[in-house]
Amino acid sequence: MKILEINHCNKKFGENEVLKDISLSVAEGQVVSIIGPSGSGKSTLLRCATLLETMDGGDLIYLGDYAAKADPQGKAVYASKQELQGIKQHFGLVFQNFNLFPHYSVLKNITEPPILIGKRPKEEVYAEARVLLEKMGLADKENAYPYQLSGGQQQRVSIARALAMKPKILFFDEPTSALDPELTGEILQVIKELAAEHMTMVIVTHEMSFARDVSNHIIFMDGGVIVEEGEPNQIINHPQQERTKAFLHRFQQ
Amino acid sequence: MDTQFIFSIVQQLSVGLIESCKIFLLTLLFSMPLGLLVAFGRMSKWTPLKCFASDKFLEQIHILQTAQGKEEKTAFSLRAKSAFFLFKPIQFVLKVFIAILRGTPLMLQLFAIYYGPYYIFGIPISMEYRFTAVIIAFSVNYSAYFAEIYRAGIESIPVGQYEAATVLGYNKVQTFFRIIFPQMCKRVLPPVTNEAITLVKDTSLAFVISYTEMFTLAKQISAAKTTIMPLIVAGVFYFIFNAIVAFVMERIEKKMNYYR
Repeated sequence: MKILEINHCNKKFGENEVLKDISLSVAEGQVVSIIGPSGSGKSTLLRCATLLETMDGGDLIYLGDYAAKADPQGKAVYASKQELQGIKQHFGLVFQNFNLFPHYSVLKNITEPPILIGKRPKEEVYAEARVLLEKMGLADKENAYPYQLSGGQQQRVSIARALAMKPKILFFDEPTSALDPELTGEILQVIKELAAEHMTMVIVTHEMSFARDVSNHIIFMDGGVIVEEGEPNQIINHPQQERTKAFLHRFQQ
Repeated sequence: MDTQFIFSIVQQLSVGLIESCKIFLLTLLFSMPLGLLVAFGRMSKWTPLKCFASDKFLEQIHILQTAQGKEEKTAFSLRAKSAFFLFKPIQFVLKVFIAILRGTPLMLQLFAIYYGPYYIFGIPISMEYRFTAVIIAFSVNYSAYFAEIYRAGIESIPVGQYEAATVLGYNKVQTFFRIIFPQMCKRVLPPVTNEAITLVKDTSLAFVISYTEMFTLAKQISAAKTTIMPLIVAGVFYFIFNAIVAFVMERIEKKMNYYR
């Protein structure tokens, strides 16, 4: 089943076209990595998919529900606020800078959204949150506040916060870019474990070997277009396009 | 004899101190929430005239607004058009409101609110209105200052907090009251303490419409007994009052230090 489908997505900032006719689809259980140089539009694509930016043109579909549908001229027409609110329940997003709520304890960061937004019973949510924290290796940190945690721990909390909403698909926007190499490893390990559990994920990353190991599909973007996509091994080790080769050149050495 | 005289001054001024406290507490009670409303209005982005604008103009504006950091010289006609179609009435009214309240003396505002009803509408001024006028003038004046403090606090919250809340499905009201407001409160405490301390001293301005608070009394006793002793005692009272305010605010700040 298709979890996410983006058709002919266009996005401009002023005169600057940041996304040009991007189409992609993510099936259930698939892990898709998006790689590419800075300014290639990968983050903007993720922000469009998570409704933080609006697309100028194209379709955005979650599990068959249209968040945005292109009109005959190709212009993206968004669904009503209420419908979008429902669609938001399908996905989660892990930010580069974690964006935890600093005034909430770790446990409250994780439990408030499912109770407040998901309208789920408290006891159940708390029990699940503790299981998630256990899984993230943070069982002893439930009463800590974000500032008391290392970057890697904060990022694990933010992954737990996203998972607590039981999303069908989880987006990662450069989840390790704000971390030092040592902490990067622990986050990548968590994502690998999620992949092993067949969590559907889209990951924007600069970690090439990680992208190759964890994903089923890799997309290389540059200048707002998908230059090349396919099997991880093929893209990372045997790229066909000159641009991809040039980008991966340093990594392959 | 001397100590007895000072004691009688202290006794008389205590009555006035209660009045000053009343002004202080009621002003805070009204101006702090009012300031939040003023801040909301000041940040309002409502543009009711936008629906009359042409599609072509909206397209041009959209391009300008989304142009990332590219500062281009905008044509005069486009600037004039945006000044009209993108006019924000609520924001404009509150900017004027704040400008007037911050730009004129509180003393003048007290006069205006106390004597205004009589001179403009011919309504006779009752004795009870005096206290009401003091509270209205102080509350409205301080709400303008609080509004700008709140605005600074709200605008200092990183955009990532809004984004995280949005993605999790929080609506605007939930995002504000659960995520932004608590963080704002912590950030605005030091400037709010400043305002509260200024307010303690400003209560003495109520004397201009002959409202009998501590300073009015001090001046009366001082004139009657030809001594500056009452003024010195009043000064000590204000100082102690403010020491208490500062102490309480510091306690609140410490309480909110459980997170950073």
